[in-house]
Amino acid sequence: MTTSAFVEIKNAAKSFGKLQVLKDINLTVERGQIVAIIGPSGSGKSTLLRAINELDPLSSGEVWLEGVQINRHLPPRQYEKHVNQVRQDIGMVFQHFNLFPHLTVRGNITLAPRMLKGLSEAEANTLAEEQLTKVGLLEKIDEYPSRLSGGQKQRVAIARALAMKPKVMLFDEATSALDPELVEEVNLVMKQLAEEHMTMIIVTHEMDFAASVCDRVLFMDQGVVVEEGPPSVIFQNPVEERTRNFLRKHLERNGN
Amino acid sequence: MGLDFSVVPSYFGLLLQGMGLTIAITTGAGILSFFGGIVFAVAALYAPMIIRLPMRGFAFLFMGTPLLLQLFLIYFGLIQFGIDLPAFVAGVIGLGLHFAVYNSELIQASILAVDKGQYEGARTLGLSRSQTLRRIIIPQAVRAVIPPMGNNMIALLKDSALVSVIGVMELTLAAQQAISRTYRPFEFYLAVAFCYYIINLALEAGLRHVERRIKASR
Repeated sequence: MTTSAFVEIKNAAKSFGKLQVLKDINLTVERGQIVAIIGPSGSGKSTLLRAINELDPLSSGEVWLEGVQINRHLPPRQYEKHVNQVRQDIGMVFQHFNLFPHLTVRGNITLAPRMLKGLSEAEANTLAEEQLTKVGLLEKIDEYPSRLSGGQKQRVAIARALAMKPKVMLFDEATSALDPELVEEVNLVMKQLAEEHMTMIIVTHEMDFAASVCDRVLFMDQGVVVEEGPPSVIFQNPVEERTRNFLRKHLERNGN
Repeated sequence: MGLDFSVVPSYFGLLLQGMGLTIAITTGAGILSFFGGIVFAVAALYAPMIIRLPMRGFAFLFMGTPLLLQLFLIYFGLIQFGIDLPAFVAGVIGLGLHFAVYNSELIQASILAVDKGQYEGARTLGLSRSQTLRRIIIPQAVRAVIPPMGNNMIALLKDSALVSVIGVMELTLAAQQAISRTYRPFEFYLAVAFCYYIINLALEAGLRHVERRIKASR
């Protein structure tokens, strides 16, 4: 019998040509846990996140979600079917939102549930209304994305991901592209998800946010996990020199 | 010899019929070139080599040779193979394929220009490659390319005059018929030029309307 591991990454390695961006990474996330991945840019944290749903498949190693291996080696046709299936269980939110500009907010949210889960129009509409209410944007349901602010776009992107009822949510620097005054509204939605015990893996540059919502923090540098632990340890008493350096530089840059 | 436009009204019916056929050919070939352009573009970008290579040859043939010749090939040439198309159909196919190749070039560039985040966003939700292409990439690529494709449609309308040579009684041939009876070339050609201009104005207004409609959703 395995542990309560929900998301499990074993011996993950990844190279782009000669450049090795991930080196033997192991990560276990339990159901309902919230894990933040921090580190300098180029440390491999986004690549690791994108390996979880096969956007950037690993060179070697394994990714598991609830007892199902995500990165299975299959013939192309079966592989395509397999990833399309498992991706439905993994919600992802991007730095640049990636909303579909030719669809309304409603269209963005209902598209995948209707196409992939066979929901009727009425069911999908109810679902869209539910998710939009959750992120506080019900009144924008018939707007096009171009009419929304950055923070609103990201909240819609979160609603779109949630509409697939994912088992885990991945956030790839979800607030990095936002104006500072719009960050909080997105953070609030993420905090709310945390309170609902959504399993989340969050790549972020926002240490305060990571400290306040996450159960565990991973510090990555040059393709390895340098240090991991509860936020109180990582942020207040990091053991590793590299972690201390990174946090100090980060504090200096952000002046807080 | 002075100009005498009074002969024109008595051929009004003939010209109107010609105008109707010109509009019909332009519409038919326009629709064919639109959807054909999408199909060619997708095939050129994503089909396996065995389909892509002959397609490239086909595109080269259609872009590198005169449209007039292509119409002759389709209408007269195919008869040798037992394919005897009505002139109207041959005209629509010839014009449609010719402009489909041009539209395909535009759409290909436009598909490649769609932000790769769109692809990732769709794939992450679980959409397959073809679902992503159909529902996310192509609709955006086509919207972006409506203005230049509109120019192709206007060129198509004007080039529809060429199908007169395979005997479709559209505007230009209708004018020639009227002229052969009245010996008044200037009056009729001018009248027909005016007719093309009117259709063009309507077409442009239609295109502007479409552009305005899609502006919100880009």
